Amino acid sequence: MNIRNTITIDGTPVPFQDGDTIMDAATRAGIYIPHLCHNPEFKPHGSCKLCTVNVNGRNCSACTFPAADGQQVLNSTEELNATRRTITQMLFVEGNHFCPSCEKSGNCQLQGVAYFLNMLDPHFPLFYPERETDSSHPDILLDRDRCILCELCVRASREIDGKNVFGLSGRGIHTHLVVNADSGLLKDTDLTPADKAAQVCPVGAIIVKRHGFETPIGARQFDQQNVSEWSLSWEPAAMGDEHG
Amino acid sequence: MTISDADQAWLSAVVANHGRHATRLLQILRDVQDHFRHIPRPVMQLLAEQLGVPLAQVQGVTEFYSFLSTQPQGRYHLQLSDSISDHMLGSRALGTYLCDKLGVADGETRADGRVSFAYTSCSGLCDQGPAGLVNGWWLPKLDRSRIDRISALVEADVPLSQWPQDLFSARDNVRRPGLLLSNPVASGSALKWSLMRGLASTLDEVDKSGLRGRGGAGFQTSWKWRFCFEGPEETAVCPVEKGERMERYVVCNADEGEPGTFKDRVLLNSHAHQVFEGMTLCAGIVGAKQGFLYLRGEYLALRAKLEAVLAERRRLNLLGVGILGREGFDFDIEIHMGAGAYICGEESALIESLEGKRGTPRNRPPYPVTHGYLGRPTVVNNVETFVAAAAIALKGGVWFASHGTEKSKGSKILSICGDCARPGIYEYDFGVSIAQILKDCGAANTFGVQVGGPSGVFIGEQEFERRLGFEDLATGGSFMIFDKTRDVLEIVRNFTHFFAHESCGFCTPCRVGTSLLRNAMDKLCAGHGAAGDLVEIGNLGQFVRAASHCGLGQTAANPLLATLERFPELYQSRLKSISFEPGFDLDGELSTARRMTGRDDAHAHLEQESV
Repeated sequence: MNIRNTITIDGTPVPFQDGDTIMDAATRAGIYIPHLCHNPEFKPHGSCKLCTVNVNGRNCSACTFPAADGQQVLNSTEELNATRRTITQMLFVEGNHFCPSCEKSGNCQLQGVAYFLNMLDPHFPLFYPERETDSSHPDILLDRDRCILCELCVRASREIDGKNVFGLSGRGIHTHLVVNADSGLLKDTDLTPADKAAQVCPVGAIIVKRHGFETPIGARQFDQQNVSEWSLSWEPAAMGDEHG
Repeated sequence: MTISDADQAWLSAVVANHGRHATRLLQILRDVQDHFRHIPRPVMQLLAEQLGVPLAQVQGVTEFYSFLSTQPQGRYHLQLSDSISDHMLGSRALGTYLCDKLGVADGETRADGRVSFAYTSCSGLCDQGPAGLVNGWWLPKLDRSRIDRISALVEADVPLSQWPQDLFSARDNVRRPGLLLSNPVASGSALKWSLMRGLASTLDEVDKSGLRGRGGAGFQTSWKWRFCFEGPEETAVCPVEKGERMERYVVCNADEGEPGTFKDRVLLNSHAHQVFEGMTLCAGIVGAKQGFLYLRGEYLALRAKLEAVLAERRRLNLLGVGILGREGFDFDIEIHMGAGAYICGEESALIESLEGKRGTPRNRPPYPVTHGYLGRPTVVNNVETFVAAAAIALKGGVWFASHGTEKSKGSKILSICGDCARPGIYEYDFGVSIAQILKDCGAANTFGVQVGGPSGVFIGEQEFERRLGFEDLATGGSFMIFDKTRDVLEIVRNFTHFFAHESCGFCTPCRVGTSLLRNAMDKLCAGHGAAGDLVEIGNLGQFVRAASHCGLGQTAANPLLATLERFPELYQSRLKSISFEPGFDLDGELSTARRMTGRDDAHAHLEQESV
């Protein structure tokens, strides 16, 4: 085994290329590290912290931390998965996530990750925040109740669509998604259903209208395969496609 | 709201004054807040157009900083510091008194638009509290008679410029000058000596001195300067260009937001020349042309004075082109104001804020020292670090290193407040014991000390022989004393509220975790806690510490975890004698219904049933 450009993940040697993050190396090697704000088509972001791994004794975000020779990375451990479960529970309680009535159910990565991590309850008291829904756009619904602040739509609109339709505002627990229009409403933007920003949402916050339940419950993405299989089915090929 | 032609012209002039740079967005928004008493939506639109940035970005920046408001504030905007030291001096009762007196509610603007009131994070006057701000200007030593005077001035609509100066004047309160405060550096002397001896040898002196960053983290200063000079690795592969063309920046972190810290306020008030001299030396060494002083919004009162010092230094050729006649030694310093965001004391968040953005900490690596302001190598040092560096340049590294301990050379300037006879500024060589400090400042009947502010550590009586230094108790300078009459849980509750308010919201563990911690402490203090809650809050604290993105989240649970470990009996004594208490507050849930029906009688309340 060539020692240069190799890290170990849970004891398994994994090669990496110059410029790789730990997530890049893992994805290429077919190792799943849970993630939500990370998408290989975009520059690493590092905000959801679901991809927390332990590198030589320290916790780091796999999606932003550069791989370096000889790193010993812990990924699929009881402790780290407990941390990730807690993060997932936090994402559930800070918003309003009602899976049974959500059109995204079965295709939702937050739900997929929760199943993967064996999250059985929200654990923490629910926040029940008051968040505004924007249904003004003829073709696209923005339901902030479900937003997890991953900024993928912000990045997609800026880096791929070149439109800057979305942004984050507020601070702390009051952080929220805003729309870049005088009225603050989606109808006054040039967002279209074909835009990357309208498609990239990992949860049901941004939904294209009039396509509800085209795929019946039971036949949806994570009814077929779990989130780790799904991620590894397309993410390795999407790498190197990074925008921005 | 529509913007009048005159206001539009005013705005255009402001934007032009700021060179139409998007990096100046926060500075422009501060001007707008002053002018309109809020940031009107149409102004955001105009700014977006004129600066060429998305409207969502202008809104995002506006709503990030506490001192900017989207709702009109009063022409007199009064704030009271919510720091625990101000609480202990009766700030909350004073706040109620003030609200009653002026007929204004907390967080609201009076109907006539004249006055508004809000609590704010520590205003940096903990040695002369309870303290407040009016339109950003200090109001130290508040009491009922001062509130009466202030109310009368507000009701008579007297412009701030005509208020009696004694209402605003803050004192330095230097009680114990030490190595640095007793040996001030005359303007220009450290620079002259360094140029004579060679700037490279000044870096050697800083190296020999063992100086470590005074903000708390304690990174070796000479290394930071050297890494900045060397620049990022990718330029190291082409040695011809190395260090030549790349801009570099020197930033002084004067965002002294840690509750209980105010030493930088004093250094900037009385030793500004020495701060700027340290920055200029650093610039000479690393090859920077531009410097910034990032001054927290609460220190508005210092701004004019600091600008005057900068102007004087330009006149003395200690700043500007060809400093002290040395060709190619060009450097100048700009003051950037913060706007009420503790997170901007974190160096990468500070840099984001300098660039006119939301103060969100960056992912690291790369570190600011190689990829900082506008992606260029940047030194960010604490005010006190630059003061020490200037003294070291003049007196030599050995002089400095002969003080302190093996791993903590030199001295530390402390901001002491809380339960003691003589709060103020104390400078000690590193290695001093807590007991010695308590004795010097006249603390009696002391229960514990919060060393390093809420993000530091709480120590009890049994630990007063511990010593200040990176080996044992590292500190950025905050030193809050609590005597035995104080309620530890209320102290911790105050700190958890602070962190929940100041969390930037970027990462999940801190954004949600600090709010959960705040709610859990509220529950405990309200007497609704059960044994399970203690286990839960301890686990949650450990989680937030381990999983958060930056220092804010990583330290937010420190006060809780430290006191839970040391004084479990104090927590247990507050619990209900049941093993389980629902998180659901039955009576609390009825509050909306009570408000809507206008009822508050006994029948509109429900007793929480115990299990």
